[in-house]
Amino acid sequence: MAASLELRQVRKSFGKTAIINGVDLAIERGERHAVIGPNGAGKSTLFNLISGRFPLSTGNILLNGQDITGLAPQEINRRGLSRSFQITNIFPKLSVFENLRCAVLWSQGYRYSFWHRVGGLKDVRARADELVERIGLKRRRDTLAGVLSYAEQRALEIGVTIAGGAEVILLDEPTAGMSNTETEDAVALIRAVSEGKTLVMVEHDMSVVFGLADRISVLVYGQVIATGTPAEIRGNKAVQEAYLGVEADTAEGAH
Amino acid sequence: MEFFLVTLLNSLSYGLLLFMLSSGLTLIFSMMGVLNFAHASFYMLGAYFAYQTSVYLGFWPALVVAPALVAVLGALTERYGLRTVHKYGHVAELLFTFGLAYIIEELVHLIWGRAPVPYRIPEILDFSAFSVFSTKYPAYRVFMMLVSVGMLGGLFLLLTRTRIGLIIQASLTHPDTVEALGHNVPRVFMGVFAGGAALAGLAGVIGGNAFVTEPGMAVSVGTIVFVVVVFGGMGSLAGAFVASLIIGAVQTFSVAFDVSLLTLFAKLGFTPDPQSAWMELWKVTIAQAAPVLPYVLMVAMLIVRPKGLMGTREG
Amino acid sequence: MADPVVEAVARAVRNAPASGAEPGLMHWRRAMVWAAVAAVLIAAPQVFNQGFAVSMLSQMGIAIIFALSYNMLLGQTGMLSFGHAVYFGLGAFFAAHALNAIGAGSLHWPVSLLPLVGAAAGLAFGLVFGYVTTKHSGTPFAMISLGIAEMVAACSLMFPSFFGGEGGISTDRVVGDKVMGVDFGPGVQVYYLIAAWCFVCMILMFALTQTPLGRMANAVRDNPERVKFVGYNPTRIRFLMLALAGMFAGIAGALEVINFELITAERLGTAASGTVLLMAFIGGVGHFYGPIIGAILITFLQSALSNYTQAWLLYFGLFFLVMILFAPGGIASLVTLHKPAVQTRLLGRLALPYAGAAVAGAVLLAGLIMAVEMFYHYETKREQVGAVMSLFGQQFDTTATGPWLMAVALLVVGGVLLRLAARPIGAAWTEIAAAVNRGQGN
Repeated sequence: MAASLELRQVRKSFGKTAIINGVDLAIERGERHAVIGPNGAGKSTLFNLISGRFPLSTGNILLNGQDITGLAPQEINRRGLSRSFQITNIFPKLSVFENLRCAVLWSQGYRYSFWHRVGGLKDVRARADELVERIGLKRRRDTLAGVLSYAEQRALEIGVTIAGGAEVILLDEPTAGMSNTETEDAVALIRAVSEGKTLVMVEHDMSVVFGLADRISVLVYGQVIATGTPAEIRGNKAVQEAYLGVEADTAEGAH
Repeated sequence: MEFFLVTLLNSLSYGLLLFMLSSGLTLIFSMMGVLNFAHASFYMLGAYFAYQTSVYLGFWPALVVAPALVAVLGALTERYGLRTVHKYGHVAELLFTFGLAYIIEELVHLIWGRAPVPYRIPEILDFSAFSVFSTKYPAYRVFMMLVSVGMLGGLFLLLTRTRIGLIIQASLTHPDTVEALGHNVPRVFMGVFAGGAALAGLAGVIGGNAFVTEPGMAVSVGTIVFVVVVFGGMGSLAGAFVASLIIGAVQTFSVAFDVSLLTLFAKLGFTPDPQSAWMELWKVTIAQAAPVLPYVLMVAMLIVRPKGLMGTREG
Repeated sequence: MADPVVEAVARAVRNAPASGAEPGLMHWRRAMVWAAVAAVLIAAPQVFNQGFAVSMLSQMGIAIIFALSYNMLLGQTGMLSFGHAVYFGLGAFFAAHALNAIGAGSLHWPVSLLPLVGAAAGLAFGLVFGYVTTKHSGTPFAMISLGIAEMVAACSLMFPSFFGGEGGISTDRVVGDKVMGVDFGPGVQVYYLIAAWCFVCMILMFALTQTPLGRMANAVRDNPERVKFVGYNPTRIRFLMLALAGMFAGIAGALEVINFELITAERLGTAASGTVLLMAFIGGVGHFYGPIIGAILITFLQSALSNYTQAWLLYFGLFFLVMILFAPGGIASLVTLHKPAVQTRLLGRLALPYAGAAVAGAVLLAGLIMAVEMFYHYETKREQVGAVMSLFGQQFDTTATGPWLMAVALLVVGGVLLRLAARPIGAAWTEIAAAVNRGQGN
């Protein structure tokens, strides 16, 4: 059976600078996969390539065995891959409920319809309300997204990402900038919403990574230097030298 | 040949004038993200101020006084208008300059009336500089080219060779960093806005008497300058330069061609039905179509290359 | 004015949970609003029954459709267009030629359905021009829309048989068969035709905001980048919205032809596009009903002011600038702003401070009008009618120093008074903000 998401010799250069330097990666269906690496390793760029935000320089990306290289973001999304953003990227002047409803519409097949009344679409409303509850923002259902607290906006960001029911979910630093309790809530949310789906996430918080991920890939200077289970990664000499040794200190310092 | 050379010279002087306008517009746009709708209004004010100054003091003082006055107006616009609406976003900024253009036009109506004013070429420049075969080429056109080239050379040196120029270039891309280094970015913005306005004002001084100084001049030149900027690619000075020359040439040359599709059909040995409803279209000559050509070029460019000739940003 | 206070109140309002009205109740309320609109449309020409009033009401109806169609772009999709009159004008020209064909007997089509011709033309050109322009957004879109408008305006001079040259295309609406005694001869019959179309278009355009496309248009306005990652193509959404907006503008254009029996190329020019932008913006682009207010107000001011002063366009421009600087959300947003004052029953607290500001504003305005009108008289009329002019029922000598000093004094005093008047307004708003916060604490 084909991998859920597969990258084959993916490269990306901006001008003469190579940011992603031949990445091969296969992520199995139902796996929770974390991509870690020092700042500037190209993690966010990798997400931008997979989700179609930037074109690849060379290489191929396969979603469920189908080639999605060069497709527009919306086409990739319609094939069942959805992503979140490191910097909160929602619809600030729409309410929480409307943010989620917008994210639900395409998956329910309403496309660019101007002959359905959105308020009368029971399936859409039910799904959006279920999402409001799931991300814990029921009390804020009708509040404009732009005035939510940071942690609430991060939760909404995840809600918008999973709303379309994508099989493959990419989360870009979902807990960045959160306090400890907020991070715990976020991890519980991520665990719940990724149940039965393929999850790929970029994360800096090592406790989150080692707590959530089935497998971890370490990206350094645009190359994957190791992929394996958390235990394997912990024990990997190259990883310790290149990355964990430095980052573990700062991560502990932050706690 | 004679016709071609004279028209080429005319198109060059016109194109350079367009670049004086489009360069200021581009600088302001790439620096502040604001498309200054009133830019051509500053051009018009430059012409009117020059006319008024030349009535009392003559042309040469006007060459300095008018751009200076326009620069002051530009600085005031930035300080008390744009900076206030900045927090409402780019649409509000664009609308503010749109409203300003509207008011400037009405004020010009109010002060100078609706008819053209007799702003004339100074006598000292009213002779022919040289002859192209049998056509005498007016010295004022040569003067226009000299002023624009001198001005643009000065601008280039300012941007590349001076401290202020370096700060301007740096705040184009990294306003926060420049501010962190202790430079007053709002003041730099005000300076750039005033400078762009002064450039437009100077263009008005030298263009107002070469063409006509009337209240409609802002609108007619303004839209052409927009076409230049879109055609050349938004935010690219080099693109604006090439586009200014191309659009200038298209506008100048097309007026002279009395050729229509009918002529072309005749050459191909095809005669359309004279009763046909399309006859009106076939009969339009290039000269008649001249006002439309810049816009057609713009649309064609947008279809082929949405970024424009040398643009870096896509809308 | 008291910016921080106003913003604090606005924030408090946004934070408060929206009134969670029952869906059933909301439908009922909405139906009541539409019934009231219909009643106003029906009653208006009975109340204002003089000929010029009926004609103005007709123009308002057309302006409402046009301004609402414009707001489908600016307010709902975030597209600032400087060329929306293109669709209005082209719709009007096609409708005029169709009406002439009806008159000549070569086309059988009821006059009352002529707007469908305009709609088809507006839609067709919306599709064509929309394809080119909607690949862009933001500032480039604004510039390109202007370029397209100039292109069409320039074309209108090239093809006189279609656009009628300077004189335009004139036509006659009293053609075809009389249906139930209605032949659109009298102005009031035309008004009711326009009112009916206006009502239908209002409902349709409101309904559009409640559809998936309408909702996604709001999302595109807020964040086009994110729209791509929920499966939608923002370009396609802008394209569809522009085409539909063009269709409604075409309907308005066709009604204009029926109303005036004349259409000139001026109506598709950039000045006309500027006017509709003004209507939508001054009314308020953030609310569905905003452009309706703007259309009514601007149409009224256009005919009222232009009778009294030749400087009316200048007053218009100043009004527009003041709105952008101090109330960028338009009149509708000012209404919304006062909701918390109503909810906390503190609206009365604002009455006195507002009255003070109104007096100060009136003084300032009087000074401005005096200065502008005297200037205008001095520049344009002095030679024909002499230096003395009358204004506010008084005689002023525009060559004497006294009246000029008076105008300047009014401006200065008005300005100072307005500054002073801002303080009690700020205080009242602080009180209201505090009351709102207390209410939320419970």
